[in-house]
Amino acid sequence: MKKLAFISAAIIVLCSFTGTGYNVGDKAMDFKLKNVDGKMISLSDYKTAKGFIVVFTCNHCPYAKAYEDRIIALNTKYASQGYPVIAINPNAPTVDDDSYANMQARAKAKNYQFPYLLDETQNIAGAYGAAHTPHVFVLQKSGSDFVVKYIGAIDDNSDDASAVKQKYVENAVDNLLAGKPVDPASTKAIGCTIKWKS
Amino acid sequence: MYYLKPLFIILLFPFLLTGNKVTVVNLQQFQTYAANKHNDTLYVVNFWATWCDPCVKELPAFQEESKKYSGKKVKMIFVSINSVKEVGKVQNFVDSHNLGPVVLLLNAGNPNDWIDKIDSSWSGTIPATAIYKSGKKVYFREGEFTFESLDKVIQSKK
Repeated sequence: MKKLAFISAAIIVLCSFTGTGYNVGDKAMDFKLKNVDGKMISLSDYKTAKGFIVVFTCNHCPYAKAYEDRIIALNTKYASQGYPVIAINPNAPTVDDDSYANMQARAKAKNYQFPYLLDETQNIAGAYGAAHTPHVFVLQKSGSDFVVKYIGAIDDNSDDASAVKQKYVENAVDNLLAGKPVDPASTKAIGCTIKWKS
Repeated sequence: MYYLKPLFIILLFPFLLTGNKVTVVNLQQFQTYAANKHNDTLYVVNFWATWCDPCVKELPAFQEESKKYSGKKVKMIFVSINSVKEVGKVQNFVDSHNLGPVVLLLNAGNPNDWIDKIDSSWSGTIPATAIYKSGKKVYFREGEFTFESLDKVIQSKK
């Protein structure tokens, strides 16, 4: 029994060291966050969804701005196929452009057809391991679980949408819809550091 | 015509004061500035961008360090990851902040291909800092520095 206790203690210690957000294959937590229309939104509200394209994004970041139209296009293409976009602003309210009022203004100006949620406590960004904006987590519903299937960039060219060669998120969702494995299941991208509350 | 001479010098003077030109490099070229230098100089490479507030905030710490170790085998290399379309903007920033001596703009294509080549632990978030010595990377960190915390790392790697 002593040995077992030692092993479990070691596992707990190891987990706390590696516990910086989700890896592909992990179960993602649901949340209850305030949308720009004032309503609270959870993943479990979407009874018929097959999964989600969760995008940590914001107003102020030049990369998020460069990808805004592409995020809108992802929702247009995939919401009807069961993978809606859920946009989450993880930044501390000290960033003026990213205030709730400015989120509302942006969602209205661009007529967002998907929720744009405020992660006020930053707990969701922390749990998911969002590092920068935009940072995408594609989740697949499996019973009552939300399994992480892809983590990373939207595509391979932030500068120029017309010069994109690899549409990572589209590729991931297409493969999930076709019942195929997602490859690549994770990518890296440059983005704006999330402004954590100090 | 004598009166023109001082005028000419005044016109020339701002260019003498600044003049750290931003050099656009690909990954291979970037590596010749630090990773491929086989000598005993410590190359401190800071990845930043004009749009990144925490990066801009920590730049003075790197400039102070650069002064402190001037002539002492520590060299700062500032690598902007702004879009290559913004090279003019980066140059203006470099001029107004007198950033240098070496300022590069990394134009290396798909970040998913090159981020891991700089460090596999890097998520792609900036600021990030790598230190090279004798052709080897001896340090990498994603996150901000103060003068004190940077100085500690430089002291330990020198």
